[in-house]
Amino acid sequence: MLYREAGDYSTSYPEDSQTFPIKFDRYRYYVILAVAFLVIPFFINDYWANAVLVPFLIYSIAAIGLNILTGYCGQVSLGTGGFMAVGAYACYKLMTSFPEISIMIHILLAGGVTAAVVTLFGLPSLRIKGFYLAVSTLAAQFFLVWMFNKVPWFYNYSMTGMIGSPERTVLGIVVTGPATDAWAKYMICLIFVTLCAVLARNMTRGSVGRKWMAIRDMDIAAEIIGVNPLMAKLSAFAVSGFFIGIAGALFFSVYLGAIEVTEAFGIEKSFLVLFMVIIGGLGSIFGSFAGAAFMVLLPVLLKNLLVGGLDWPTDLAQHLYFIIAGGLIIIFLILEPHGLAQLWRVAKEKLRLWPFPH
Amino acid sequence: MPDQVLFAAEVMLNGLMAGVLYSLVALGFVLIFKASGIFNYAQGVMALFAALTLVGIMDGQVPFSHLINAIFGTNIHHFGWHTPALLAIILTIMVMVLFAWLVQRFIFRHLVNQEPIILFMATIGLAYFLEGVGDLMWGSDIKKLDVGIPKGMNETIESITHGAFGYGFFIDNLDIFATFVAVILVAILVCFSQYTKQGRALRAVADDHQAALSVGISLSYIWILVWSIAGFVALVAGTIWGAKSGVQFSLSLIALKALPVLMLGGFTSIPGAIIGGLIIGVGEKLFEFLVGPWIGGATENWFAYVLALLFLVFRPQGLFGEKIIERV
Repeated sequence: MLYREAGDYSTSYPEDSQTFPIKFDRYRYYVILAVAFLVIPFFINDYWANAVLVPFLIYSIAAIGLNILTGYCGQVSLGTGGFMAVGAYACYKLMTSFPEISIMIHILLAGGVTAAVVTLFGLPSLRIKGFYLAVSTLAAQFFLVWMFNKVPWFYNYSMTGMIGSPERTVLGIVVTGPATDAWAKYMICLIFVTLCAVLARNMTRGSVGRKWMAIRDMDIAAEIIGVNPLMAKLSAFAVSGFFIGIAGALFFSVYLGAIEVTEAFGIEKSFLVLFMVIIGGLGSIFGSFAGAAFMVLLPVLLKNLLVGGLDWPTDLAQHLYFIIAGGLIIIFLILEPHGLAQLWRVAKEKLRLWPFPH
Repeated sequence: MPDQVLFAAEVMLNGLMAGVLYSLVALGFVLIFKASGIFNYAQGVMALFAALTLVGIMDGQVPFSHLINAIFGTNIHHFGWHTPALLAIILTIMVMVLFAWLVQRFIFRHLVNQEPIILFMATIGLAYFLEGVGDLMWGSDIKKLDVGIPKGMNETIESITHGAFGYGFFIDNLDIFATFVAVILVAILVCFSQYTKQGRALRAVADDHQAALSVGISLSYIWILVWSIAGFVALVAGTIWGAKSGVQFSLSLIALKALPVLMLGGFTSIPGAIIGGLIIGVGEKLFEFLVGPWIGGATENWFAYVLALLFLVFRPQGLFGEKIIERV
């Protein structure tokens, strides 16, 4: 009833192969975009921006990046935190070295730098597979964080070892630094999220994405049918690195403003983004959003409930958060190993048949 | 002999001792991976949990006292008694067996036939869960663990080396003790898996799940057994690390130290875990000693990983791992 494809005829190939072939899906997508761009910016306040929306958007980009690598190409990576740090530091160095260039370009360039670094760390994936690869990406995580801590050039020889983002404007609107309005933070993240999601969605639909999936499903068979594993794997690492780098750059410059690398980009970040991808659904762009929303909202909800509602001490809420997060992850994996995206697919199937299930 | 060589030798010896401790943690990983194909990320947190439980029982802490106090507004912390170390260890082992049963019954029984990555994620979830439970049960403050393990510099070695080279080696008694424990533990494990019925069954399961099932070996029993053994190994590792540097959250990070050991030695080999641990222990201490001062120090965080990574490029299955044969 509510959701159906009846009466939805495609009369040309482009129409048939568009991203959302079903009319209802397409309109839903436009409505969401309209709400995100035209409604939320007028109602957003600092609390919502800093606690929920901005981290959600930034983590969505990171999750899309990791999903391309892990979900589409099957290469498990535990180095996301370190790679985000590369994006953040690249952005910082660019911002302070070339202050006259727009920050939008800096963020994109930071993505490019990260892509190069990630590709470098992706090279062993041609020999090492499975868990051995997952563990060896930890080498990247620890090495990169150590390097940003120990080489003073990266933090411009500041006394504290921290990096802080200077004030920058886009079209006359302040987007970084302490004087930024909530809606400006939100908008710049939203623009990047939209670009990344569209790019990722189209890449995974095209020949590159198909090559990645072939490698994921069985790399030797893929090689036999003519997929070049070198190019497929390295392109997945590069594209994933590009997104993760953008996420890291936004995380530093727009969201936090000042960071200390071990705290902001430690191993916990890697696991957090991996959780988002797994809970959201491997190999799904929508899943990346769903997973990011889940993992960002969960601590906020628990904190409001336990500390705000029941007045329990914060450390107790923290412990309970660990228990609940861990428990939920296990329950999710048992009930639906393919994540929230699969739940959504099942729900759509049900909606198509409702109210006549047979 | 010149001083530098002596220093290096001392550093190497200390590295060997540290390597033994890494091996202890890595052993728990290998056991579970061999028997069930699960890459158990929670091993480090299990060590933390075991050590916390041991301290908690010895000090007579009330479990979940923090939570109880928050809900009922009471103020209880201790029962007011102290349990002797041996009894506490036995009780902790019982807790770990119970934990093994719970894990098997409520988690992995429902995840049979899932992909390895899903199982791996489940153990990460388990690690979070267990960390929360451990903190909630026993509190998150740093605790002192004292089960009578000797500590401090070993004076015999110091005086002997002083006599021989004119420079006394500093070697901690605790490390020597840990080495003994590790040797005994490995001997017990080897005997167990070679000469007992359960051990043979365990090896059969490690070899081939379906074949083992078809000759009448109960998989769930073996899995509980193997998680219990891993829990026991975690307890030993947790006790020694805890006695060394206090029982606290950072204890669970030794799991991260054990990962490169595993990569180097191969995920499926017990001797590999031990030799890998020794190589990593010596390697990172020597690297820190020789190269560390030039590049800013604290290289121990990443050296092990980079070493293992470089190594894997030439031998993708690790030193002693089974040869990976890929078929379409």
